Amino acid sequence: MTRISRRGLLKTGAAAGVLAASGLPLHAQAKRGGRLRAGLSGANTSDSWDGRTHSDLFMIAAAQGTVFDSLTEVAADGSLKGELAENWEASTDAKTWTFNLRSGVTFHNGKAFGADDVIASLQMHVAEGAKSAAKPIVEAITEMKKTGDLQVQFTLAAGNADFPYLMSDYHLLIYPAGQIEEAIAKGIGTGLYAVDSFEPGVRMVAKRVDSHYKGDNAGYFDEVEYIAINDNTARMNALLTGQVDAINRVDLKTIQLLQANPMVRIQEVTGNQHYTFPMLTDVEPFNDVNVRRALKYAINRQEMVDKVLLGHGRVGNDSPIGPASQFFHEDMEQLAYDPDKAKFYLKEAGLSELNIDLSASNAAFEGAVDAAQLYQASAKSAGININVVQEPADGYWSNVWLKKPFCACYWSGRATEDWMFSTAYEAGVPWNDTQWDRDDSGRFQDLLLEARAELDSNKRRDMYQEMQTILKDDGGVILPMFANYVQGVSNKVSSPETVGNLWQMDNGRMAERWWMA
Amino acid sequence: MNSVLKIILQRLALGLLTLFIVSIVIFTAVNMLPGDFAQAILGQSATPEAVEAIRKDLGLDKGPVTRYFEWLGGALRGDLGNSFAQANFASFVGDDSGVRTSVAQQIAPRFANTMFLAGVTAAIAVPFAVTLGILAALYRNSVFDRVANISTLTSISSPEFFMAYVLILFLAVLNPILPSLSNIYDGMSFGERLEKTLLPALTLTLVVTAHMMRMTRAAIINLLASPYIEMARLKGIKPMRVIVRHALPNALAPIINVIALNLAYLITGVVVVEVVFVYPGIGQLFVDSVKIRDIPVVQACCLIFAAAYILLNLLADILSILSNPRLRHPK
Repeated sequence: MTRISRRGLLKTGAAAGVLAASGLPLHAQAKRGGRLRAGLSGANTSDSWDGRTHSDLFMIAAAQGTVFDSLTEVAADGSLKGELAENWEASTDAKTWTFNLRSGVTFHNGKAFGADDVIASLQMHVAEGAKSAAKPIVEAITEMKKTGDLQVQFTLAAGNADFPYLMSDYHLLIYPAGQIEEAIAKGIGTGLYAVDSFEPGVRMVAKRVDSHYKGDNAGYFDEVEYIAINDNTARMNALLTGQVDAINRVDLKTIQLLQANPMVRIQEVTGNQHYTFPMLTDVEPFNDVNVRRALKYAINRQEMVDKVLLGHGRVGNDSPIGPASQFFHEDMEQLAYDPDKAKFYLKEAGLSELNIDLSASNAAFEGAVDAAQLYQASAKSAGININVVQEPADGYWSNVWLKKPFCACYWSGRATEDWMFSTAYEAGVPWNDTQWDRDDSGRFQDLLLEARAELDSNKRRDMYQEMQTILKDDGGVILPMFANYVQGVSNKVSSPETVGNLWQMDNGRMAERWWMA
Repeated sequence: MNSVLKIILQRLALGLLTLFIVSIVIFTAVNMLPGDFAQAILGQSATPEAVEAIRKDLGLDKGPVTRYFEWLGGALRGDLGNSFAQANFASFVGDDSGVRTSVAQQIAPRFANTMFLAGVTAAIAVPFAVTLGILAALYRNSVFDRVANISTLTSISSPEFFMAYVLILFLAVLNPILPSLSNIYDGMSFGERLEKTLLPALTLTLVVTAHMMRMTRAAIINLLASPYIEMARLKGIKPMRVIVRHALPNALAPIINVIALNLAYLITGVVVVEVVFVYPGIGQLFVDSVKIRDIPVVQACCLIFAAAYILLNLLADILSILSNPRLRHPK
């Protein structure tokens, strides 16, 4: 099928409902039945059905991917479609959003779904004293109004063209109003599967709901079982011995063993997950843009992809917007390893050589210390002496990241450009890990605000692409690589040709999109 | 018998003192690790405000001495407190809705699983090791003795995870007889549970056999030079009977001691094996808790481990007294 742009869908909001109802993509060969057993990492004994606490794959796959629904859903091809919302429309300033909800939806306990459930579920995230990663999203809503049993109107503090997209966030699950506590204790949602048993940090079993609004073109299994396996080797053993049908996060070093097994296939997608070396742009010598440029040309990105990711990734271009993003600037000129250019910029900065410390630990990302040493070797021929400081993994994020002027870091990426930029690149936000301020990045910051409220997708594309170019040329982040999501799947299970790249395991939606072969 | 009772009471009192010291050591050690719960749980998102908020919620902003005595006070009343992770997650809800699970509730099912694994292992390992030890004593210095010695020493000298992977390779991958995943859960039948537990139990058996077997062998051989054994032999009793009826009862004390030590090891030392086989026991919980500096859970686990050691050692001493008439009836 042709790729429908997210913005195109957004403009003709009604189309979203039609598309979702017709069940895309159509799997002529998909059939109902069977039991999916997946071995997943990222489980904790303190896991619960409270969406505010979710942060890792196990609960994302179990909650949003299986038992619960959100207002909107990102399809495998990256387009946005309605889940509990049928369609939506915005005012011209992108400040007021009206969502029409799907009718005839019931929770697993029989309660009918309506506007009250949406409002109550979103309010959980801004409840007094509540901590939720999705708090900033909901806080931006100044008013939630029930305009009908199946219609909700949101008024935002400032225009945000990505608002329907944000509603697909995995924290924003819809619970039955008035029974939220019970729903969190037992796992009562509107999803394709209802909870059969759940042992936090150990295992989750869910059974297919008999008649579901998504119809017969989704949720093909009779039953799904997610087993918590945090240990890499144990996960791989479980797949190889046929104890599970799918695992996430294949250890790249052992990938050949999986590839040699005819019963198993490797599924690999490039998303927005990326590894970085941020420098504090308010600290000498990184406050000089020429020093930053010299460092950008002194790194061999391809070598890092080959040696650190063993080829399972994509060369980065110092912008966090990756192939899973709508306005990814694919044609931007690739920064190359060029010691002469690096020397040139060093001279521009008035330096003949540069001595700097680079703090790294494998807590930042697997292979960060190796990557730092590769960087050290490649920078040497440009007259840049990098001293690799091995930091302890414990407390790395509190003691090194945001504190040391040059260090290693990773980001899982964000679904939208605005979200990514406003998390780590907007002047003054706490996670701005380069301390990039307005003086240094005026144009970038202006564009960020302008693009947020712009509904015309062509104009937004231009703006976001200009921002990516600014980051590439002047930004404080060295972003050498995007790391693939690599997962192992048994041949007993089939998956569609296009697999989601927003998050591991088809955006955590195996239970919805895969079927028994 | 009074002397036995006296010893038990003495040892129990000493045991309590040991537990107290253990709790101080653990508390200090966990506090000395870099980073605390707030930083560990927040990871990359550990902004100073967020860290402060969690510390305040959990009372981590108080001094370590205050926190220790608060914990001790609770523990003396039998209240091991709430795990930081649970308390923190409960705070996401905004109010304390009373859905928290206490450390005791959290540990109980895990501990039951670990005890099950230890039980299955003991049921295999103890008879196996003692039989092997008796046979090795009987056929000492024969090829059998040497093979038994070398192979058990090899298995005890290899790291546990290595033995685990060797067993997985031969019994799960090349010959799919046993499952490599031991994720047992409530509602499983006993047979299923046993099948899933077999591989980790075999791994642990390989690890603990050598110690017990060699002690059995040594203790018996030691006695074989005694005059009363020579007498038995001269009477024309068969070698096997000499060992089982005459030598073994007198060798029991050291054997029981070693068995008890190994049983304690089965409870406390299963951490690595549980992780490899994804066995939901106390070891896995312990590792996870240390990782996030969840002190209440770490403390409770350590107390259980320490108590297991103390009680099993006590049991060993009592049994060796009971097995020795001279100690049973002191003059």
